[in-house]
Amino acid sequence: MAETKEKQTYQAVIGLEFHVHLATRTKMFCGCRVTYGDPPNTHTCPVCLGHPGALPVLNEKAIELGAMAGIALNCEVADHAVFARKNYFYPDLPKGYQISQFDEPICVGGHIDVPTSDGTVRVGITRLHLEEDAAKNVHVGESGRMHGSTGSLIDFNRGGTPLMEIVTEPDIPTPEAARATANQLKAILQAIGVSEADMEKGQLRCDANVSIRNLDGSFGTKTELKNMNSFRFVEKGIAAELERQREIIEERGRIEQATMHYDPNKDEVYSLRSKEEAHDYRYFPEPDLLPLELSREWIEDKKNRLPELPAEMKKRFVESYGLSDYDAGVLTADRDLAAFYEEVAENADPKQSANWISGDLRALLNEEGIEISDSKVGPKHMIELISLVETDTVSRSAARTVLEHVFESGDAPSSIVERDGLAQTGGDELDGVVEAVIADNPDEAERVRGGDKKVVGFLVGQIMKATRGNADGGQARERLLEKLGS
Amino acid sequence: MISEEQVRHVANLARLGLTDEEVERMGGQLGAILESIEKIQELDLDNVPPTANPLSLTNVFRPDEPKPELDRDEALASAPAPEDDLFSVPRID
Repeated sequence: MAETKEKQTYQAVIGLEFHVHLATRTKMFCGCRVTYGDPPNTHTCPVCLGHPGALPVLNEKAIELGAMAGIALNCEVADHAVFARKNYFYPDLPKGYQISQFDEPICVGGHIDVPTSDGTVRVGITRLHLEEDAAKNVHVGESGRMHGSTGSLIDFNRGGTPLMEIVTEPDIPTPEAARATANQLKAILQAIGVSEADMEKGQLRCDANVSIRNLDGSFGTKTELKNMNSFRFVEKGIAAELERQREIIEERGRIEQATMHYDPNKDEVYSLRSKEEAHDYRYFPEPDLLPLELSREWIEDKKNRLPELPAEMKKRFVESYGLSDYDAGVLTADRDLAAFYEEVAENADPKQSANWISGDLRALLNEEGIEISDSKVGPKHMIELISLVETDTVSRSAARTVLEHVFESGDAPSSIVERDGLAQTGGDELDGVVEAVIADNPDEAERVRGGDKKVVGFLVGQIMKATRGNADGGQARERLLEKLGS
Repeated sequence: MISEEQVRHVANLARLGLTDEEVERMGGQLGAILESIEKIQELDLDNVPPTANPLSLTNVFRPDEPKPELDRDEALASAPAPEDDLFSVPRID
């Protein structure tokens, strides 16, 4: 007991930092295309290769998308913003500096409301700024060939991709809430079309700052947890790091400031470099770019062009479809799933649609680890399935089996019902079965006629058995009692 | 003035290897620049906003439209040791 009590006094302090590729056709400061999976070094020019004398020119679309993201995150869009050079040497950064923003970012001070199992958590957004992504280090071995030297190989296709950095306040209380924050942010960015935010393509990356609050309420020493490449690992990585820090505190040790990595195979965190070189980036205003002056009218115009945000959509789902907060939250957390739902709910009972999609269908998707867009189940399948249940053609449990088959094959529900003989036994057929069961069990039938209800269950069981579960239990019971005049 | 230690620090940040003689010479030159800046600081500039750029232009953009790119061979032509169509660089620590 003492241990549990002590554990509860530890309070996690978590802040997240996101890097998001903006959904532009071309790079931040040059007209090279933004692509994924193209052959290396096929989308470059003197600007993104950092050739001497090449000059950057701002991509207007990137500024718009950055401002729209800020507005959606309840930030204030600055009327004056400046790009700055962040100086450091790394092979994936050919100029010797990254063009970023420093003390005058495009957006500051917003928040998002994040649904968690403990209620809604408001997570502050410290700032949002725009910059360029670095090129990609193809580590030796990844290029798929043996390599004698111990060097790195660089692909500059990604170099200069418009990148948005979003930093939250350390408002996040648990690893679960951190995952939910990432989910919510992704849903917002996708909803407004600012980014595809596909983690597998590296369009969304997440780092975390993690510490445990001291007993006097002040912040403990924080560590930075880098490169968690899925939301599940965001949650698990932070949990593992908090556990590591708790153990150090309990052994009266000292937490060192460090950059940690999470190894999902071992479910452990490890320190990359124990001793961090103090960074000295020598930021200064980028002399090759002119300041941004964003007028109120311009900002208003972007605001008016924002599509429905997940929080608004959730509210609408509750109000117009009569869904629970939970179902509405689940469905609107994924833009594609929400669109899928709306298509089904137009043609089927909205509550039944929500039950099937947020429950059974989502469970199948999670099990396979795929998105709705990659699934063989289309809205028309779902509409047909719901109608088969509503018309009592199939029982609810048989319908689940049908859904599994649709999920695997993409075949129409009705053809699966026919093929596998899953249709519910009803009408005359059910009457026939009921009569047969009565004839086969004369003693039990007689007892029911005499008012003894104890054996009803047994007889219903026999009916279900005879129909191989394809009858509705309630209906079977009703017919039985009718025939026995009881 | 600027100390020898500061010169070496800045040189290290810029990845420049300076000889002792160069450290001394650079120290003198950098010191002269700093002195000029200090002279400006004698002025009362409290009400003058920092100016990063002498141009009075703002919001210079280009549309999000693809422009011609380099051929891969052209891009790699300036690399001393391309490998597998990639730029090869020494090991990074």
